[in-house]
Amino acid sequence: MSDQSMAPDTASLCDPIHGGVAQPITHDSAHKHVAGAAFYVDDLPEPQDMLHLYAAQSPHAHARITSMNLDAVRQASGVVAVITAADIPGHNQIGAVFKDEPLLADGEVFYNGHPVFVVAAKSIEQARAAAALAKIDYEVLPAILGIKDAHEAQSYLEPPQSMGRGDVKTALNRAPHRLSGHLSVNGQDHFYLEGQVSLAIPGEDGDVHVYSSTQHPSELQHLVAEVLGVASHSVTVEVRRMGGGFGGKESQAAIFAALAAVAAKRTGRAAKFRLDRDDDMIITGKRHEAEIAYDVSFDTDGRIDGIRFEQFIKCGYAADLSLAVSDRAMFHADNAYYLPNVEIKSFRCRTNTVSNTAFRGFGGPQGVIGIERVMDAIALHLGLDALQVRKANLYGGPGRDVTPYHQQVTDNVIPEIIGALEKETDYAKRRAAVKAFNAAHRWQKKGLALTPVKFGISFTTKHLNQAGALVHVYSDGSVHLNHGGTEMGQGLMVKVAQVVAEEFQIDVDRVKVTATHTGKVPNTSATAASSGSDLNGMAAQAAARTIKERLVDFIAESRGLPKDQIRFQSNKVFIGNDFVTFDDLVHEAYLARISLSSTGFYKTPDIHYDRDSHTGRPFYYFAYGAALSEVVIDVLTGESRVLAVDILHDVGRSLNPAVDLGQIEGGFIQGMGWLTTEELVSDAEGRLRTHAPSTYKIPVASDRPDAFNITLFSNTNREATIHRSKAVGEPPFMLAVSVHSALLDAVASLGDGTQLPPLDAPATPEAILRAVEAVTAQNERGDG
Amino acid sequence: MALSINLTVNGEAVTKTVEPTCLLVDFLRDDLQLTGTHVGCDTSQCGACTIHLDGQPVKACTILAVQADGAEILTIEGLAPEGELHPMQAAFAQHHGLQCGFCTPGMVMTGIGIARQHPDADEATIRRELEGNLCRCTGYQNIVKAVAAGTRLMTDSES
Ligand code: FES
Ligand code: FES
Repeated sequence: MSDQSMAPDTASLCDPIHGGVAQPITHDSAHKHVAGAAFYVDDLPEPQDMLHLYAAQSPHAHARITSMNLDAVRQASGVVAVITAADIPGHNQIGAVFKDEPLLADGEVFYNGHPVFVVAAKSIEQARAAAALAKIDYEVLPAILGIKDAHEAQSYLEPPQSMGRGDVKTALNRAPHRLSGHLSVNGQDHFYLEGQVSLAIPGEDGDVHVYSSTQHPSELQHLVAEVLGVASHSVTVEVRRMGGGFGGKESQAAIFAALAAVAAKRTGRAAKFRLDRDDDMIITGKRHEAEIAYDVSFDTDGRIDGIRFEQFIKCGYAADLSLAVSDRAMFHADNAYYLPNVEIKSFRCRTNTVSNTAFRGFGGPQGVIGIERVMDAIALHLGLDALQVRKANLYGGPGRDVTPYHQQVTDNVIPEIIGALEKETDYAKRRAAVKAFNAAHRWQKKGLALTPVKFGISFTTKHLNQAGALVHVYSDGSVHLNHGGTEMGQGLMVKVAQVVAEEFQIDVDRVKVTATHTGKVPNTSATAASSGSDLNGMAAQAAARTIKERLVDFIAESRGLPKDQIRFQSNKVFIGNDFVTFDDLVHEAYLARISLSSTGFYKTPDIHYDRDSHTGRPFYYFAYGAALSEVVIDVLTGESRVLAVDILHDVGRSLNPAVDLGQIEGGFIQGMGWLTTEELVSDAEGRLRTHAPSTYKIPVASDRPDAFNITLFSNTNREATIHRSKAVGEPPFMLAVSVHSALLDAVASLGDGTQLPPLDAPATPEAILRAVEAVTAQNERGDG
Repeated sequence: MALSINLTVNGEAVTKTVEPTCLLVDFLRDDLQLTGTHVGCDTSQCGACTIHLDGQPVKACTILAVQADGAEILTIEGLAPEGELHPMQAAFAQHHGLQCGFCTPGMVMTGIGIARQHPDADEATIRRELEGNLCRCTGYQNIVKAVAAGTRLMTDSES
């Protein structure tokens, strides 16, 4: 601590508090987690007579229900209630943004797996067995299953959107080089380890209390109320923690919460809806599959002059969050590169498949991988090192600092990050070593790629950028902290607690983190868009500051001292030459009838966006990072392995470096899974065939790169965010694009150095093998 | 037809009647309220439900409760009955080997199994042995670190 007025002998009085900001302390629930004492929804003691729910699903991607006989279901053993669309007391509607998503199919099913009716029984086994007794006749209707069919039929959620600046047509025609191509990118299942679960408990006045594994308690509350046909004040939603969310519990949790609430209200008994893994994977939305086509012109250094993207986004049968997701894919079609003349067209394809939803990156990853493919294509075309091309295209100073949506990039650190990583990892030497390896090995080929990330932080829907908090200081000096953010493992609670501890200058274990609860902080936004600590940290700080100001006023008045002689530090309050402990002061203030509770509120300043023209300043700031990945492939089997990864990532001034490193590492590995092993496969009936970990492979411990170095880039947020930190949840996910790019590099080494392998994502062994075969076939024909 | 079983769970003798189809994990969670053992996949893939049966880590979602008749069961709750964490638990907490925590109990139970089987496990061994335990949050870096540290602590305290 650097206070000059402090006499030397008081130094020990001023030991820093435990758990202030920037300290790498452990997760607030770490002790409970290792002891098995942290409760998730399914671990809560079950109320007496609680019912278990099971949803019967449509076996067709698109069909009319011509008759439905559920008598046998109703009569089956253990069954207490059967709920169909007709039994929904309020609106049979769960669409978060548009009202196009029936909670239960009403006469028509729109995807294979669509919940048709729900059985409430004494046990889950009974509910499931009963559901199989239904007699339902369907008239099968034509189904649109893929992007291509949707585009041909012009089956879109909204008219195609366009974003851009400059004169693309002229630029495409005038530059010395021009290329076009496309890339298919598969979706991704969230595979949060805790499946979707909600427990609804009926209360007096027809109220319902819902415990849900949700990232969005407020929206869930409002939707449940609408489904029940009651006011929002009759529904309370509580969530202490989730076993992972990643966006998959932003809107999707509402389906199960609403059905549990309907069952609870109907039967007067508590009702739990817990999905097993297979049902969870079938019924809930995923990351959007995408097709990306590009047409680009550039000079002999690979510097882009004009570029046109067409992004085809597979949204599924309903809008859910797909429009915002598709927007974000457009926002990140530039990634970290200045595009002087650019047009991005986006087609939001409506298909008879599950309605896709938020997933870490929220469309950003699809945008990023598109432009990174363009960089690789240009480099191969010109016979240049891809890093050289990437560097030539980065955002720079004035003249090279405007995005396709006309926002000026004022906090650009990407050239520094890339430069530092290039130097740190000895890129040139690594490149030479990879070349030498490839020359010496016939059946194994290595690849290398260094790719950047620039990610815009804020909800692009302006009103969502607000947050509230509630802080109580009890008369013993202990603090109760509540805010609208939810904990899904990302360390939000500990970070916000650190902010409050720092503000009061008390040890963080004096700050109790409590369950998110719609009765405490209302009208909150989803914990999403990486914004959890930015928004809730500020709101909690504001609440703590209000209380602190009251305490300062109280001391100034009672001691007759100017306020500038009062300082909170080290669990104490220094008053002139004297001090009291924080706890004693609080007690004194309580006796003097000072209010020790406050709300806090925050809204992100300076952001605006005009969706009609797709221009504005949607992002408060950008987070940056870069990764260098080295991979090896087996040319005969298509198998691959990530050998080494070096990451340099910007989190501003970290609130908790241990938590941030965990986010970077976890985000990267999840991104690596998306681009390598995780493959969603559906059959001709639109039935998901990869609905369990036996067929859908997320990374395991041994998939992790042999060498994995992560360094935080020393930076401070130029904007006045909470302690000048930056959001960290999503940006690192896109660092994994370097893996895909390195795999492409490895395959390309089989050609003459100028052929672009047709490698889609994920780069499964089959996909790699196909790309290998394409390149070698071209070689043999000699038309590379 | 319900069957009666006798077993030891976390050091205590338990006698209960269970349905023959009852899974061990449901028996532990629902009948004994030992909810620290989680269910992540229901199909023997994710390892969240790992417990020790007669000292061996097993996945409790694919064992019937009646198969545990006469066995000695240890769950995550039984590792630190006095409150002081088992070395493997302490290592997970200290080395940030968790984020959402849902996989953690299973990881800890598997970690102890690894430490017993390979007291001088290197990183590659730990990674291989952890393949049956999925984590979606961490990327495994700190989990591997934690298992290595826990293994050292266990070996030291036993020697
Ligand atoms: S729940 Fe038992 S292995 Fe996944
Ligand atoms: S910490 Fe979330 S699954 Fe492992």
